[in-house]
Amino acid sequence: MRLSCTVNGMPQQVDDVWEGESLLYVLRERMGLPGSKNACEQGECGSCTVYLDGVPVCACLVAAGQAQGREVGTVEGLAPAGELHPVQQAFLEAGAVQCGFCTPGLLVATDDLVTRSRAEGRKPADAEIREALAGNLCRCTGYEKILDAVRLAADRMAGDPR
Amino acid sequence: MDFLQPATWEEALEAKAAARDAVPIAGGTDVMVGMNFGRLRPSLLLDLTRVPELQQWADDDGAVRLGAGVPYARVISELGDRLPGLAMAARTIGSPQIRNRGTVGGNLATASPAGDAHPALLAADAEVEVASVRGTRRIPVTEFYRGVKRSALADDELIAAVRIVPPRGPQQYSKIGTRNAMVIAVAAFGLALHPDRRAVGTGIGSAAPTPRRAPAAEEFLAGELDGLWDSRAELPAATATRFGEMVAAAAAPIDDVRGTARYRVHALSVMARRALTWAWADYRKGDPTCA
Amino acid sequence: MSTPTRTPSGAPSHLSGAGGRVGDDAARPDGVLKVRGEFAYGSDLWMDDMLWGVTLRSPHPYARIRSIDIGGALAVPGVHAVLTSDDVPGEKVYGLELADQPVLALDVVRYQGEPVALVAADHPDTARRAAARIVVDYDVWEPVTDARVALGHPTWNQLHDAPAEVTELSRESANLHPHGNLVRHLKVRRGDPEPTADVVVVGEYEVGMQDQAFLGPESGLAVPGEDGGVDLYVATQWLHVDQRQICAALGLPPEKVRLTLAGVGGAFGGREDLSMHVHACLLALHTGRPVKMSYNREESFFGHVHRHPATMRYEHGATRDGDLVYVRATIYFDGGAYASSTPAVVGNGGTMGIGPYVVPHVHVDCYGAYTNNPPCGAMRGFGSVQTAFAYESQMDALAAELGMDPVDLRCRNAMEQGSEAITGQVVDSPAPVVELLRRLEAMPLPPEVPTGDDVDLRDMPGGVSNTTHGEGVRRGVGYAVAYKNVAFSEGFDDYSTARVRLEVVGGEAVATVHTAAAEVGQGLVTVEQQIARTELGVDRVTVHPKDTAVGSAGSTSASRQTYVTGGAVKAACEAVRARVLERAQAVVGRPVADLRLDGGKVVSDLEGVALPLADVLGDEVVEETLEWRHRPTEAVDPETGQGFAHVQYAFSAHRAVVDVDTELGLVKVVEMACTQDVGRAINPQAVIGQIQGGTAQGLGLAVMEEILVRDGRVQNPSFTDYLIPTVLDMPPMRVEILEYADPHAPYGLRGVGEAPNISSGPAVLAAIRQATGLPLTRVPVRPEHLTGT
Repeated sequence: MRLSCTVNGMPQQVDDVWEGESLLYVLRERMGLPGSKNACEQGECGSCTVYLDGVPVCACLVAAGQAQGREVGTVEGLAPAGELHPVQQAFLEAGAVQCGFCTPGLLVATDDLVTRSRAEGRKPADAEIREALAGNLCRCTGYEKILDAVRLAADRMAGDPR
Repeated sequence: MDFLQPATWEEALEAKAAARDAVPIAGGTDVMVGMNFGRLRPSLLLDLTRVPELQQWADDDGAVRLGAGVPYARVISELGDRLPGLAMAARTIGSPQIRNRGTVGGNLATASPAGDAHPALLAADAEVEVASVRGTRRIPVTEFYRGVKRSALADDELIAAVRIVPPRGPQQYSKIGTRNAMVIAVAAFGLALHPDRRAVGTGIGSAAPTPRRAPAAEEFLAGELDGLWDSRAELPAATATRFGEMVAAAAAPIDDVRGTARYRVHALSVMARRALTWAWADYRKGDPTCA
Repeated sequence: MSTPTRTPSGAPSHLSGAGGRVGDDAARPDGVLKVRGEFAYGSDLWMDDMLWGVTLRSPHPYARIRSIDIGGALAVPGVHAVLTSDDVPGEKVYGLELADQPVLALDVVRYQGEPVALVAADHPDTARRAAARIVVDYDVWEPVTDARVALGHPTWNQLHDAPAEVTELSRESANLHPHGNLVRHLKVRRGDPEPTADVVVVGEYEVGMQDQAFLGPESGLAVPGEDGGVDLYVATQWLHVDQRQICAALGLPPEKVRLTLAGVGGAFGGREDLSMHVHACLLALHTGRPVKMSYNREESFFGHVHRHPATMRYEHGATRDGDLVYVRATIYFDGGAYASSTPAVVGNGGTMGIGPYVVPHVHVDCYGAYTNNPPCGAMRGFGSVQTAFAYESQMDALAAELGMDPVDLRCRNAMEQGSEAITGQVVDSPAPVVELLRRLEAMPLPPEVPTGDDVDLRDMPGGVSNTTHGEGVRRGVGYAVAYKNVAFSEGFDDYSTARVRLEVVGGEAVATVHTAAAEVGQGLVTVEQQIARTELGVDRVTVHPKDTAVGSAGSTSASRQTYVTGGAVKAACEAVRARVLERAQAVVGRPVADLRLDGGKVVSDLEGVALPLADVLGDEVVEETLEWRHRPTEAVDPETGQGFAHVQYAFSAHRAVVDVDTELGLVKVVEMACTQDVGRAINPQAVIGQIQGGTAQGLGLAVMEEILVRDGRVQNPSFTDYLIPTVLDMPPMRVEILEYADPHAPYGLRGVGEAPNISSGPAVLAAIRQATGLPLTRVPVRPEHLTGT
């Protein structure tokens, strides 16, 4: 079947999609966007987290056809080419990236959290950060530096000099 | 495999009538796992995410009519006051990403004994509204579960909505998992106190072939509370303990990788006792939502 | 040669910002690619005309194959190849230490999930459907599933010296391999064979099978070469040991089997053995097309070795004052169906099996056995994680028996520099065991959390699942200390190769570091840059892609790469520097004292010289390649286990604070504190990241992680039922690092990655024990253990 949707603001169209494929497979294998990762393919790790119409979801659990006409946002679209999003920058500075396989999904989940908090004029508390990121497994870091990164990004996006 | 994306409820029902082995998909949190691992290869995948009425909830004739496609995240953010038990259950489900996609309708359609919404639905006397080209019917949720991953849904029917009367009393929900987040229930318990009709609702999850209530425990507690509803007096500890034991006695669990049958029974007795203690404390405080 | 459209990127130096030298928090050179989603992991590799390979695996843990019919699979449209063991042109068995594992099943399968056949097709689902149509006729045998039974040893009777009956394995099939079921038996004999003591504690312990659970699945892309060879891009831990085994299986010389490291999504030991390596190469050579293989999570659980489950019996004797007199230990590691690295795991388990303590009389028997359980091999902590649960539990039990504080007992018996290990080896560098423990004790304890009406469920055992508002919750605090050998031991020729080049590009001095050392996430690429910057005084350092075009770097395991490959890079830089300084003096025209490289210049403060490297080098490229070895170790005596077995030890200690819902058996770890001696922190931020990550994996094993195997069958091969800690399971961590230089190591550094993985779990167990008062002799601790259900 043919699938048309918007990915990172750009219209995309791919043909010969098998109906059983996931959005994750289509992004990775048909659209040349392998940034979203395939760690479990059952919604238990969050490595494939993307925005679907602005809501973070596991791309592995979205049937390709369900994305028809929708807006998809992936890690590749967080920042314009050659730039880094404050969340990306914070992850780098805080040492939150080791093997990096969980990173794309965490970046999208963090962006969502920080953006929502900011819209409410506040910064997320630690317990809130933990609950918001509980769907993103990381096997390398023990999460401490990820929390550091989220706090750093939240501070910066709130305009605090750090 | 075909993929069909009906834009209206009528189209969806017609498609299901025409292809009874079609697998409906909404949030995909069960269906896509089966697809990704080659365990599910339906001839037709029926995407229900474009049917507008499934994505809505509304007050309807004294009940909340919750469209089958409303994701858990919205149950938590929009219905936490009206359906507290279901919202508490929803908060324990999967991860934020899962809660953004997964639906009560999907939980019912899968009808897993471990589905997190079931104990809350049972305790709240929910009704499942199902439909086909033949018409619409309402099934009390107690009659909906028919076996492990089997339900009362006919092969030409789809789940339209769940109907729950917003409670007049406190509700609680507890779930055991061996991790502090993103975990399938080892055992779960839902409780609703109904001071308006002097009744008690319960729901047990992951501890029998189907989600089920604990009728004897409900009856016992309703009897014990008979003199206490009005006085709002303290609940004797022995009553809570006995209630827990009776809830546990209603379970028929098995040993599996997630836990032993003995543990499940034990955990239910503790959860039920604690849930009752919390619910009664809420009731005594006269929380406006519990009035 | 064609290369994949998406290939592993090197580590462009321009991404590393202002650089960073030894001791700095230098940024990862691959970090920007990783946060942009542009870093090419094994599973991201892609070529236009590639095929997808899948593996058909045995559903049985033990069976003889009567026949395999591939006809049905070949008939599926889109299928390009179906291969079995008949298609393996070279050696049909392989292995890290012993070649005992079939590339594809021969006549017998010995574990559930053993690869039987391969399919290549144009879509992964086509390949999977075709594989399902291969018909294998099995004669199913009863599996051997207990290490002691496999060896014909008695199983113990709970805490008493009354051995249970020996299960006779009389069947012909009871020996899994021609040489029997014993992989290795290591003995340590020291002091009096029949010691006595005032106080004796005996304990039996079990550790379940842990999975590395790296997030990036096993994957790679094999590209057939025009020379009849193959290029394999693969996520792995040791390119050259892979190459050796692939060459043997393919019957090709090394120059025809070229490996390049793809991006690695974590490893933790699970990529030390081959997975899809040979399979993809076979399919690529057979079809003449590039072939990609990428396991899904379920297959990953069958596609790599796990941590050995262990059954252990310990007896500790001490004086009334708390001096350890003797330790007797019997340790069984279940190696599963094939040897993998079991011999070395047994070596570690035995030679460090009583912990970092000084004990005059020691009697250890450590066994590794074949069974029909999943093969076990390397995982972070390698043979030391299991024993630490036992020996640290014993120290707590002994302290309780003596009425002593558990930390005091540990300090009283702690190893220090100059102590003799149980192998007789003198610990000849700092061993600050006492300081590690005392520093932990001195750290403030976390406050109690609010309960009742003020409860935040996220602070409670059970979290938002709302199982307690404080009811039944009791706090416990536990301590543990551990040590671990760094690098390969027991006489292994453990070396790394580094090629370092210095040249002037566009007027700027640029160094290139080329090693085959696998970057698996730990940050070795950063360390390589930091060392080159430090030794060559340049800012721009490029890390060449990791491949087999340079000599072996040894394995990314045993906490060894910063030590050994770091040592090799340092030595190669020194050789380059010597040549540059020589050339500088030729340019100056006389010997110059006190010359060094700094800021892209050749500098002598003493003689006021500051020559830009551009002037010294001109067009010359100075390149040195060398092999570097740590000082040799030696095999231990087979009867006594005595010998200089290990080149270096790493020490760490943990304090765990837990809240346990004692009624429901649910655990919330409130805080983890860790102290570790790292010798020298080459990159402090990365060091702390290793400690935090290692702590998490140890915590996971203590409270949730186990591959459940029943009758040789894995019950939970998914992230739904194999649980690893989430961010809600990990507590805040306090980390203090000590830097006591090891005089034998480059920069005085100590390997970091494994020690914290060893001491964290036992500390959590001790804390749970304190909270509950239960003996708890098995990990992971389950709610059933805590509630007697």
